[in-house]
Amino acid sequence: MDEPAAETALPSNAGFARRSLYILSANPVSFVALGGFGLIVLAAVFGPWLAPYDPLLTDAAIALQAPTAAHWFGTDQLGRDVFSRVLVATRLDLTISVLAVALSFVVGAGIGTMAGYYGGRADRIASRVVDTIMAFPLFVLAMGIVAAMGNSVENIIYATAIINVPFYARVARAEANIRRNAGFVQAAKLSGNSGMRIVGMHLFPNALPPMAVQASLNLGWAILNAAGLSFIGLGVKPPTPEWGIMVAEGANFIVSGEWWLALFPGGALMITVFTFNLMGDALRDIVDPRKRT
Amino acid sequence: MTAAAAQHPLVAVDGLTVEFTTRDGIVTAVSDVSFSLAPGETLGIVGESGSGKSVTSYALMRILDDNGRVAAGDISYSGVDLVAADDKTMRAIRGREISMIFQNPRSALNPIRKVGDQIADVLRQHGMAAGVEARRRAVALLETVRIQQPEARYHAYPHELSGGMCQRVVIALALACEPRVLIADEPTTGLDVTTQKTILDLVRDLAGERGMSMALITHDLGLAAEYCDRLIVMKAGKVVEAASTEALFNNPQHAYTRALIRATPRRGARLRSLLPENDPRRGQPQPEANLRQGDSAAGGQPLVSVKELVKSFAPAASGLPFLKPKAPATPAVRAVDAISFDIWPGESVGLVGESGCGKSTTSLMLMRLLDPTSGSILFEGEDIAATPSGRFPKHPMRSKLQMVFQDPTDSLNPRFTAQQCIADPVARLGGLSGRKAIADRAAELADMVRFPRGLLDRFPHQLSGGQKARVGIARALALRPSFLVLDEPTAALDVSVQAVVLNLLADLRSELGLTYLFVSHDLTVVRLLCERVIVMRAGKIIEQGRTDDVMDNPQSDYTATLLAASPQPPAALL
Repeated sequence: MDEPAAETALPSNAGFARRSLYILSANPVSFVALGGFGLIVLAAVFGPWLAPYDPLLTDAAIALQAPTAAHWFGTDQLGRDVFSRVLVATRLDLTISVLAVALSFVVGAGIGTMAGYYGGRADRIASRVVDTIMAFPLFVLAMGIVAAMGNSVENIIYATAIINVPFYARVARAEANIRRNAGFVQAAKLSGNSGMRIVGMHLFPNALPPMAVQASLNLGWAILNAAGLSFIGLGVKPPTPEWGIMVAEGANFIVSGEWWLALFPGGALMITVFTFNLMGDALRDIVDPRKRT
Repeated sequence: MTAAAAQHPLVAVDGLTVEFTTRDGIVTAVSDVSFSLAPGETLGIVGESGSGKSVTSYALMRILDDNGRVAAGDISYSGVDLVAADDKTMRAIRGREISMIFQNPRSALNPIRKVGDQIADVLRQHGMAAGVEARRRAVALLETVRIQQPEARYHAYPHELSGGMCQRVVIALALACEPRVLIADEPTTGLDVTTQKTILDLVRDLAGERGMSMALITHDLGLAAEYCDRLIVMKAGKVVEAASTEALFNNPQHAYTRALIRATPRRGARLRSLLPENDPRRGQPQPEANLRQGDSAAGGQPLVSVKELVKSFAPAASGLPFLKPKAPATPAVRAVDAISFDIWPGESVGLVGESGCGKSTTSLMLMRLLDPTSGSILFEGEDIAATPSGRFPKHPMRSKLQMVFQDPTDSLNPRFTAQQCIADPVARLGGLSGRKAIADRAAELADMVRFPRGLLDRFPHQLSGGQKARVGIARALALRPSFLVLDEPTAALDVSVQAVVLNLLADLRSELGLTYLFVSHDLTVVRLLCERVIVMRAGKIIEQGRTDDVMDNPQSDYTATLLAASPQPPAALL
């Protein structure tokens, strides 16, 4: 109870923004991550208008040209502009990963918080189901799900969501479990809250910060997963621009010296994943109570 | 002795200022603190939370956090300048010359090493002993701190020992290298009064035998008065008064010291007399119990009637059926063992006992948060134990039974504002609808507990301990309950805040005609608020009766021990 005065002093009403700024200033890389994230979102929203060429327009006359001033990333085997295709693909890749992460977030949070709060049999069943999913090689599981459910973009989203649920469920379960006997949960029962209400209104908001961090780190992984599925020919079909397919198609040309086909979409993928991971680190710093001094 | 010894102080702190760098700029935690510690002397450093008393000792040991530094002042230990000393010198001094006992004994011990080995490690580190000799000395040390069967306990892990035993091990660790100075930072927080007494008596005896100097850091004036030769009182990083214990209590010079002495509950004190001098309620009469149906002797129906209440916890079963032991399993632990008592309307009843006596289990069962194994709880004549706790939130009696929790921080949802905390029960069971009506009721409740309306949109971490306690009380009152369980509502608060909160509770009781069950381990506090008291031990009721009768003339040895163990400041003032 007797902490240094510096810590027991009442925090001023400085607000979330100021605290975040203070914490992030210790790690300038976070600003790079936030800036990168802004650019990715811009590309996703405005990509089709920003693209200099129609990403589907073929022109055999200019097939397989190296990067030039007119075609920054060069052209592919059908003469399509690689830069436009990379730019336009951002929206599809981001949509798949965001929807997949959102889905696994909601389902995982629900299963996890309830398992952590109710404990007992509900907890044992939920935990074993989650463990079972984790026991599979996740990418192979995703392949299996898409193959079984049908080759479509929606099914890629579902598959990516299913293999990510365990991560959220485990975080949510741990957060709910340490608080299930906290004074405020007891008080909520005295106030007439039902079990489900306690889970939703009292426990879930407390599990939110670590889960938001998990989601941010997971976004990059989900993009990689979606691109990976496309790479092996599942999900998105050509000629739709998508980073995974573009890398797969471009891979055939690397041996003959046309490196730009695979390099640029692959680079876009790498930078995006890297940005999301950095952002996860920054978010983790912001919600870490130990950084609040 | 003090005057003569002061000429050659062992430790001298002069003008010590400690600063911490935080995001709000530089915060001065300790400013211009000076004191000295003579050989063989016991100095008490007294102050409320945030007064900088722990920071002072950390600076002395040079174990400040990374963002803290000694900005000015000198600390010297028998001629060595501790502020300028290099790390090698400090390592030699820490433990060997100056030792420290920390607040939480469990976190001070390594959970995965045998306690004996931890003591032997310290001896080896400082080159005091090696090999088998270190082991032999460790056993001897365990014996010194009066641990039974030291040979066997050498191999115990911290989790196998009780809190009091752990603190003894920590003391053995601190004494291992026969230091000349011992700093004890709130060494008995979280321990029962009887354990507290044995531990501190032990430390005092050992310090006396070895001629050790000691600095006892505490928030409890009663404790400091009993064990210290000299006291310094700290407030907001400054020393406000330094005097011998006797002089400090007989003739306190500083207004803060007077307020602190006044707020510390002692035998014979009244609730109102704990308040600071300038509080308008000081002059008012003590609120009396609003006994609607007369005294317990006058008959009538009790509000709460507990009959043969039992709660037993089954020992943890092995998860795999084929691994179950053939031998009969250990019997279920009876946390509450067939207790019966009545509480009449308007009464305030104290439920006291040491940790593990079953008082918390009893209060959770009364509040219907826990299902009893057997027995009945009649509330206004209806057996509320018949409804399982899982379905009780929908029970019509739910709003009549409410509770104020022990730890105001733990009992408020960190993601809810004060307003949301208070409004939650109103919105669920208050029968009010509409955002405005609920907000009005919350504001009204805030007024009732004297919580400033302007702070209603703050989150718990932006409120002080006393303010959080008020939010907890307002929430408990939101549904106009008739029966409140107060589970050590002031245990986590500073004494001055405790005085105000206790008065508030007494006022609310007479204003609203409430009935209290006050759960506490602190008999002095119970005496201030309760007409009747129930003493529990190991799940059974040892003694019950009128507070004055029980406390002045205890019938059981156990109650007498409890009473004798609680520290009392000299009643010189008033």
